[in-house]
Amino acid sequence: MAGDALLQVEDLRTYFHTRGGVVRAVDGVSFDIRKGETLGIVGESGSGKSVACYSLLRLIPQPPGRFESGRAMFDGTDLLHCSDEELRKIRGNRLSMIFQDPMTSLNPYMRIGEQLIEPLLLHRDVSRDDAWQQGVAALRDVGIQDGEKRMRSYPHEFSGGMRQRVMIAMALITRPELLIADEPTTALDVTVQAQILELIRKMQCELGSAVIFITHDIGIVSSFCDRVLVMYAGRIIETAPTAQLFYEPKHPYNQALQRAIPALNAKGRDLYTIPGAPPDVSKPMRGCPFAPRCEYAQEKCVTSKIELWDVAPNHRSACLRVKLGEIDLTPAERPDTSAVEDPVRA
Amino acid sequence: MRQRASISAEDRATVLTVSSAFLELNDLKTHFPVESGFVLKRHVGTVKAVDGVSLSLRKGEVLGLVGESGCGKSTLGRTILQLIRATSGAVILEGRNLNALGGGELRRARADFQMIFQDPYASLSPRMTVFDTLAEAIRAHKKVSRRDMPARVAELMSKVGLLPRAMKKYPHEFSGGQRQRIAIARALAVEPKLIIADEPVSALDVSIQAQIINLIAKLRREMDLTLVFISHDLSVVKHLSDRIAVMYLGKIVELGTPDQVLDHPLHPYTKALVSAVPIPDPKRESQRKRIVLAGDPPSPMNPPVGCPFHPRCAFMMEKCKAQVPPLETWGFDHPAACIRVPEIHGSPDSSSRAQSRDPVA
Repeated sequence: MAGDALLQVEDLRTYFHTRGGVVRAVDGVSFDIRKGETLGIVGESGSGKSVACYSLLRLIPQPPGRFESGRAMFDGTDLLHCSDEELRKIRGNRLSMIFQDPMTSLNPYMRIGEQLIEPLLLHRDVSRDDAWQQGVAALRDVGIQDGEKRMRSYPHEFSGGMRQRVMIAMALITRPELLIADEPTTALDVTVQAQILELIRKMQCELGSAVIFITHDIGIVSSFCDRVLVMYAGRIIETAPTAQLFYEPKHPYNQALQRAIPALNAKGRDLYTIPGAPPDVSKPMRGCPFAPRCEYAQEKCVTSKIELWDVAPNHRSACLRVKLGEIDLTPAERPDTSAVEDPVRA
Repeated sequence: MRQRASISAEDRATVLTVSSAFLELNDLKTHFPVESGFVLKRHVGTVKAVDGVSLSLRKGEVLGLVGESGCGKSTLGRTILQLIRATSGAVILEGRNLNALGGGELRRARADFQMIFQDPYASLSPRMTVFDTLAEAIRAHKKVSRRDMPARVAELMSKVGLLPRAMKKYPHEFSGGQRQRIAIARALAVEPKLIIADEPVSALDVSIQAQIINLIAKLRREMDLTLVFISHDLSVVKHLSDRIAVMYLGKIVELGTPDQVLDHPLHPYTKALVSAVPIPDPKRESQRKRIVLAGDPPSPMNPPVGCPFHPRCAFMMEKCKAQVPPLETWGFDHPAACIRVPEIHGSPDSSSRAQSRDPVA
């Protein structure tokens, strides 16, 4: 596994030292991603999914942020501890990012073209003219016609979907080996979301890039990702290939999430609700972070040391009771819901 | 926004129009003028945010209103509640035309209809305790003595699942889900008959969203509320609604039960919208064919001639550009605004549903 891993993250801990205490935003996260793979990271707000990925690009302000431990090996370089110069050679070049909000991540004062070809001018030995031509081609690849003219436009002249296309073109212009996409479609309509997902998939096929896809929408995960990490309170609590995650949940939190969304549950019946609220990660936690909200929790869940255990082939879970074989979370049958039944099925 | 200086005799007459429906919208239009220039404003165009919507709701019905951003669904909601005054048409609530009401009459009528907003952070005053917020709403409707008020507020809070002992707290002390409960309690304080909820769960995390959806379902059952539920999330709308209206560029393009609209859509736009939503089920997801629409919705300031959807439609023909299609059933079980429905779906008389289900095969 380690051999063909493109990125290997081990025991990443990103804490924020604030006046209100130490916020353990990411608390011991380990994962790897192979070439060409699409890895989904799902979790609710505050689960640490974005901070984990920002850490990989060292986009965490330090202070108050600090990497308390861990390393992130990308082709022999530790992204967390390498020199700034080394990092700059990788970031925006072999490793790029698409941010959630295309409205605020483009510079409003710069023409689209200037922003788009900046990575090329920095990382590649190309002339301005060549870079400009590549920029026009990149816009065409993401479905923006009339590139010559559009290169000279400003971000405010673009719609939200178009801006997100520009962001994607910019992230992919250096043909990165790894692309991190942080909720790239959350601000967009579903029809535009479908266009953007299609586009990322197409570019991924052409370039063979690996993609880390951060989202809170488990619907997107099911259509888009090979493997999924579920995060809760700064930790990974379950990881599995996508189908297994849905059909054989091995953590009560994952199971609860699926019982809570209307798309997977019968109309007219009440949805399952997870009692309480996610824990405050600035307070120390003992045992399983989900235990206070978990219907299966027992005394030992709080008193034991919780790890991410192998519970099935390729499937790891941080639930002690699943690991001990005491509970089986596989749904007896999925209610026939078809939240949005599919009129276009072939 | 249009101001009414006086109410004409004609309007008076329409006020008294008797209608059997609980809420009826009659060719409702909300247009905004677009002006340009700083000192000398010129009228450069009109945004037809709501452009000819007719609809009627039964008492106790839940109508889901879906569509992309900019389709006019929020403006329609606000026009019904008279937060934006309509350009023309009528909003008839229990036989009374709200568009024709002015000043004091409208203010008194407002107790009958309330709104729940998307963002519970922005829609509650940060300087008022829960008690103040709810007491203000209760007082707006009827006289409650100072002594009885705490009991009334406590009752409201329990109804939406908040602990009454939290009534002296401020909004920032609550989580997003709890704030949305406060906003719902405030809407219920005046005992409204009609509630318009504009994306009430969109800002919430999945685990919290389920709590609010359940709460809305419970209140609706207990209080016989009529609800217009605006959302871009089709699965949430399906879960709660009796009927669903799909909007595109200010017009309703399809209307029917969730089963009719989402499972057997007639309009090509509805089909594309439904197919764009990812299903959280990998097996079914891998078998789907997705219709990816090209481009963005056109600007409502400059809508296409004829069918507003024709530039993005896979079934477009010359005749689609000739006229705005009417919202009609074309012999099927629910209406859609597409003149090609009979051609795309086959004749409804041969009535094999399978045929109409599989338009792109």
